[in-house]
Amino acid sequence: MPLTLEQVFQEEWGRVLASLIGFLGDFDLAEEAAQEAFALAAARWPRDGPPESPRAWLVTTARNRAIDRIRRDRTLAAKTRLLDVPEATEDEMDETTIPDERLELIFTCCHPALELDAQVALTLRTLGGLTTEEIARAFLIPQETMAKRLVRAKQKIRAAGIPFRVPPAHQLPDRLAAVLAVVYLVFNEGYGGRGELATEALRLGGALVELLPDEPEVRGLVALMLINDARREARFAGGELVLLRDQDRSLWDADRIGAGRDALERALALGGRGPYVLQAAIAALHVEDPVDWARVASLYAELGAVTGSEVVELNRAVALAEAGDAEAGLALTDGLDLDGYHYLHATRAELLRRLGRAEDARQAYDRALELVHAEPERRFLEQRRAALESL
Amino acid sequence: MQYVMLIHQGDTPTPFDQKAWGRLSTEEQQQIYADYQALNQTPGVTPGLGMQPPELATTVRVQDGKTLTTDGPFVSVKEALGGYFILDADDLDAAIEIASRVPAARLGGAVEVRPVVEY
Repeated sequence: MPLTLEQVFQEEWGRVLASLIGFLGDFDLAEEAAQEAFALAAARWPRDGPPESPRAWLVTTARNRAIDRIRRDRTLAAKTRLLDVPEATEDEMDETTIPDERLELIFTCCHPALELDAQVALTLRTLGGLTTEEIARAFLIPQETMAKRLVRAKQKIRAAGIPFRVPPAHQLPDRLAAVLAVVYLVFNEGYGGRGELATEALRLGGALVELLPDEPEVRGLVALMLINDARREARFAGGELVLLRDQDRSLWDADRIGAGRDALERALALGGRGPYVLQAAIAALHVEDPVDWARVASLYAELGAVTGSEVVELNRAVALAEAGDAEAGLALTDGLDLDGYHYLHATRAELLRRLGRAEDARQAYDRALELVHAEPERRFLEQRRAALESL
Repeated sequence: MQYVMLIHQGDTPTPFDQKAWGRLSTEEQQQIYADYQALNQTPGVTPGLGMQPPELATTVRVQDGKTLTTDGPFVSVKEALGGYFILDADDLDAAIEIASRVPAARLGGAVEVRPVVEY
């Protein structure tokens, strides 16, 4: 069956746009040209049938459009790399001669000189092909704010000279960490209930594996996202949040968990022991039955040593409690400086409840409820607090 | 690309403050001089003029046609500019690399990388 236009768009937008930015050296010009080419495809392909190579057709058409535009506006030409504007070509480019520049694009979008919010928005816009409106809706902010954010980010890339390039080896670990953080942030936004973002993050992760097959952390992140995403259906019942241990396992996507485990094995085989690989290893333990909580706790200890994160320590506290030592878990949370974080209080509430300290638990639930903002989590905490009455 | 590299001293000890400067070892002091010298000789760098410390600045405003002067920098002393240089570099990554070699960046200050307007 031939691909639908929407599928072609989803598959090709990032690659076509990356190639155009690489060629034109200008985000806006490239974006306009890509949009025109896709619009033209939408008008022509249903009538004339799709071209043999949709990608080559799209890139050629978009390049020609951009070149036309530059010729019409010579002053613009002075500002782009196209001082010698190549001739527009009627011949379609050979697909194999179109370089895949998505990696250059994602490193540009996730450059640390851009604000994190802008990195996320730009990545979703350019590589994901989401519209400004879609991104704004997904992040629950006004469309105008999102539009300004994108305009400013593109302005900065141009004016500040943020390079369109894969960073050299000595910078790669830090810069890759920034890219992975953006992808994981998108995933987590989606995990909170907006599934299209989680799907988008998985697609970005898949592209990164393709582009950087030997980076264990990339595979670790993909494994982590796959295993967590496999449980998406089971995380909510009738709009209510369900704890991992109470989840209906028949709702878990076994294929996805399998794919996640495969990715994790590859990551470990590549010698990965970084934060995403460790988190994936923990996620993989969580979907086993029974869960080996002692191992989970020791992986959290390793992860805590790598990241220095107090949130990881909080998770280790939970694992210790699950392994049978709620006192030790609670004692660990005492030393954490996470007062503004609702999970700290939700966790303490749960541990206090288990230790039979209902009044302390109630206070901790109250504090968690003051801080939580996702509606399903709020309802969940309210239910847990109400259940204390029956203690 | 051309950048103006603005050096914010922040808490960085400078010879203008002998007390703070004296807390550095002789080696540290020499290293700072050597680093600035190396920076000034780096290809693409056009050294800025040396500025007296911000305490010696005079700030001028004009209100209703009247010139008002105040003693000291426009921003607080700690936030004031300590120095600058001009850099010709391929791109922002190259500029960031140079900025990270400015001693003030590691001693409690920061370097602001400002691209120059290109017409």
